[in-house]
Amino acid sequence: MIRLLRILGQQALYRFAQIGSATIMWSSALSNMPRRSDFPLFVSQMYVIGVKSLVLIVLSAFSIGAVLALQFYTQLARFGAETTVGVGVAMVLLRELGPVVTALLFAGRAGSAITAEIGLMNATDQLSSMEMMGVDPLRRIVAPRLWAGFFCMPMLALIFSAVGIWSSALVGVDWLGIESVGFWAGMLDNVEIWEDIGKGTVKSVVFGVIVTWIAVFQGYDSEPTSEGISSATTRTVIFSSVAVLTLDFFLTLVMYGDF
Amino acid sequence: MNFGHFVPRETHSIESILIEIEDLVYCRGDSVIFNGLSMNVPENQITSIMGPSGTGKTTLLRLIGGQLHPESGQIRVMGENVSTLSRAGLFELRKKIGLLFQSSALFTDLTVFENVAFSLRVHTKLPEILIQNLVLMKLNSVGLRGARDLMPRQLSGGMSRRVALARALAMDPALIMYDEPFTGQDPIAMGVVVSLIKALNDALPITSLLVSHDIKESLSISDYVYIISDGRVVASGSPEVLSGNRSAKVSQFLQGLPDGPVPFHYPSDDFVNDILGVTS
Repeated sequence: MIRLLRILGQQALYRFAQIGSATIMWSSALSNMPRRSDFPLFVSQMYVIGVKSLVLIVLSAFSIGAVLALQFYTQLARFGAETTVGVGVAMVLLRELGPVVTALLFAGRAGSAITAEIGLMNATDQLSSMEMMGVDPLRRIVAPRLWAGFFCMPMLALIFSAVGIWSSALVGVDWLGIESVGFWAGMLDNVEIWEDIGKGTVKSVVFGVIVTWIAVFQGYDSEPTSEGISSATTRTVIFSSVAVLTLDFFLTLVMYGDF
Repeated sequence: MNFGHFVPRETHSIESILIEIEDLVYCRGDSVIFNGLSMNVPENQITSIMGPSGTGKTTLLRLIGGQLHPESGQIRVMGENVSTLSRAGLFELRKKIGLLFQSSALFTDLTVFENVAFSLRVHTKLPEILIQNLVLMKLNSVGLRGARDLMPRQLSGGMSRRVALARALAMDPALIMYDEPFTGQDPIAMGVVVSLIKALNDALPITSLLVSHDIKESLSISDYVYIISDGRVVASGSPEVLSGNRSAKVSQFLQGLPDGPVPFHYPSDDFVNDILGVTS
């Protein structure tokens, strides 16, 4: 029993120490506001993190939007309310699925790549050599990725929602024959700029910061071995997914809760 | 061999001590790596630090570069106490230091040219044409001007080491530290690296600190040698003085004897008991 308590205590202390290190790294990197000379690094990371995630985001959004349209239609058509499919899909995508699924996909696609890249740089002494050349890796490597994640995630989430709504219209209006005016008018009347689009964007900004932070820290802190990089990459996906889903509950509670 | 623009000087000017280490104590976990280590590295000379594997030679370079912090003791580099410097101060000091990593540590996403140009681009605002000329001069001095457009994955081990050397020299550092520069080199590449280190030190106002366990090569170019073992300096002096050292540890190391004060076997239980499964 005492041994178990000791192990638990050691684990807890280790995790707290890691959170402390991650926070120090995060604040040090973010205190390096992007300077004009760093702009190319930031743009290059926007491309790697954002543009290269687009195919995955668009394909997933198309599929999810189509499935949502089918499911809503099946249920709502029984009550003759099939024109509300549009508003239902839009609400679900803008408020929840857009930010959450984008963050989960982002963690798998960009987060794991960031961790593996930084982990490999660490294992091959590239970060150390950068430090020894008088170049701060927090500014050169970490900060551009953090800022790129911060800006890319809301854009990707909005693209996800837009593509999802478009594919639901293809399924609902063009295939299942829902009246086009009703489909779009219901959406325009009920979707609010701040309540739905704005709060969804706030969520995706938070998720962007969290996922990129976890990915960068796991890479920076990884054991400099192949097993170390592999575990760090796995941890990035797991920790990011759990953090996104847990935070989503609290953000929803705070932003939409009226209980 | 042609070393490009490096012309050997006639004489050295030994002005002062560039690195001063006093009573250094450094531990990793429960094991003590350095226990009261003291040494001085004079300016403009080639100083070698030698010792068996696992004695902390690379760790010492990282302590000098401020990447690790000692438990106690002082490391002064160019008059600055490394362990008390601020992060910004440390990065400023490192601009005057070049470190050749054992693994070369080239940036894998950059060409040979861009690797060498990296610190010039980050730290200076030199016009592109000047950067290009400087990089080509550095690459020429290591014989790899023609490899400027290659990626690091296209280089052999010896070529990588030479590119890393050109990169370490890019900012014309006052101190260059070599971490096991001869390890894993074929005889030709090893000869090239040995000659390069010597030629650079002769031609430039530079202090060279060499960490190695390649005895013959290190002794052939060093002005002064420290041998470390068990966290301390066990012998020091010019290569000639050390060759005459009768200490058991020094003799074992310099003659490459498999057993002696540094045991061949890692500490373990009795062999027979181990085989028979008897726990002592």
